[in-house]
Amino acid sequence: MAVIRGSMPSFELFQPTSVDAALALIGRHGAAARILGGGLDTFDALQDRVVQPAALVDLGGIAELQGIREVGGGLEIGAMTTLAEIARHPIVQSQFAVLARAAGAVGSPQIRNQGTLGGNVSQSTRCWYYRSGWTCYRAGGNSCFADTPTAVNREHAIFDLDRCVAVNPSDTAPALVALDAQMVVRSSRGERVVAAEDYFLGPDIDITRMTILDAGDLLTAIRVPATWAGAHFQFEKVRDRKVWDFPLVNIATAMKMSNGIIRDIRLVVNAVAARPRRLHEVENAVRGKPRDAATATLAGELAIKGAQPLRHNTYKVALTRNLVQRAIRG
Amino acid sequence: MVSRRSFIKGAIAGGATVSAASYLFRNSGAALGQAPAPGAAERLLALNVNGQLRHVDVPKEETLALTLRNRLGLTGTKVGCQRAECGSCTVLIDAVPHYSCSVLTHSVRSRQIATIEGLASPTGALHPVQQAAIDQQGFQCGFCAPGFIMATVGFLKTNPSPTRDELAEGIAGNLCRCQDYDKILTAMMSAAEHARRS
Repeated sequence: MAVIRGSMPSFELFQPTSVDAALALIGRHGAAARILGGGLDTFDALQDRVVQPAALVDLGGIAELQGIREVGGGLEIGAMTTLAEIARHPIVQSQFAVLARAAGAVGSPQIRNQGTLGGNVSQSTRCWYYRSGWTCYRAGGNSCFADTPTAVNREHAIFDLDRCVAVNPSDTAPALVALDAQMVVRSSRGERVVAAEDYFLGPDIDITRMTILDAGDLLTAIRVPATWAGAHFQFEKVRDRKVWDFPLVNIATAMKMSNGIIRDIRLVVNAVAARPRRLHEVENAVRGKPRDAATATLAGELAIKGAQPLRHNTYKVALTRNLVQRAIRG
Repeated sequence: MVSRRSFIKGAIAGGATVSAASYLFRNSGAALGQAPAPGAAERLLALNVNGQLRHVDVPKEETLALTLRNRLGLTGTKVGCQRAECGSCTVLIDAVPHYSCSVLTHSVRSRQIATIEGLASPTGALHPVQQAAIDQQGFQCGFCAPGFIMATVGFLKTNPSPTRDELAEGIAGNLCRCQDYDKILTAMMSAAEHARRS
């Protein structure tokens, strides 16, 4: 399994200036093409030969993919908008603070200056067996190297294990699911709009990809509806270091309160499964209940029902429970 | 005596030979001077570095850090991890700090690139952040210094009078292997003060 590291493989580079031109290019090259957003996930994968595209389609020159627009009380965020721009945007901060905080918790300042929202939600898993070029299920093989008696799996999944135990590492993904965002996906066949919750795939549906994006698809924008504008938000990310690290567990909460009662809530944790995990059962249980310690305890216990920790990640069960309790209790 | 630096600069002066030889082992025809595929980027490009237009011949897969060091002789930009994980290659692109190891040279064709070499004034007067690093003896081995200084210059453009905590967060994307963070922060805080006064 010799993998050449540290040097970039060669590829042909295309720099279209419109979405239509980009779609024509990825349509023409099919599976041999890879989309280049900010590049932080891509260059890593290229240097480790996890992906070996013949053609790279750089979206950096496409103006229509940039920027944040106000649309009917909500926002439409171009997929190439940087995380730094989202984190400091006044409306994101005042109306959709959970997204501002999530974007501000990604990587490091330089990474946020370059990394994009589209790239952050569409990035691949960080499972180091997969990222080191092992021929695991996700890479088209027939075993999982992270789920063996001697495997190092401290960062892996505790929910929905299905052969692959890798997790989705995105910080903005749970925030977008909590905000009930819509993902705008274009291909040469037209445009489709998918709820953020349905944008991500678990291994039970497709073990080789993390999102619904197929060859020829391009995520062009993310629409944040007005539904949760100004709600009570919370975002927490637990990681080993304050900078650079991906989440061990993160949690995004949107809550509407009146007279101390939880009227409506969306609660999403990530880095515990291959896709952001929306806690429907917890949401249903706490709706209509007061925001107190008893409700928090109930929520915490419900949140970890069905957890199947691996050898080295049992701590994620307690962490998830405590984060959910804290989100409810405030 | 030939110093390491003059040797590197000499090798860069022999540019064409070096650039051809170092890419010969690559298997793509694109790197061997063939015409690009229809619609693909041209290898020849003009980069705006420190206010000067520099013409270079760059393979598609080359990152800005390597172009700056190996083709333009700007070895002040250091390469540590090549993985967006250490910050020593930090440069400003349109006044915003980026890891130049994780930027394709071809994607910054029309942008303004600033490296540590461009900070001092043409008369030789150091930039306030450089001067503060010297005055406060902010660095030990200094390998991370160009990255820290560029990150600070970029951060101070967005927040000219930060608190120590804000500055620490602003330049958190840079590592120092000597663990000299406290002195670096002190130096960079005094840099902010110098910059405000000048």
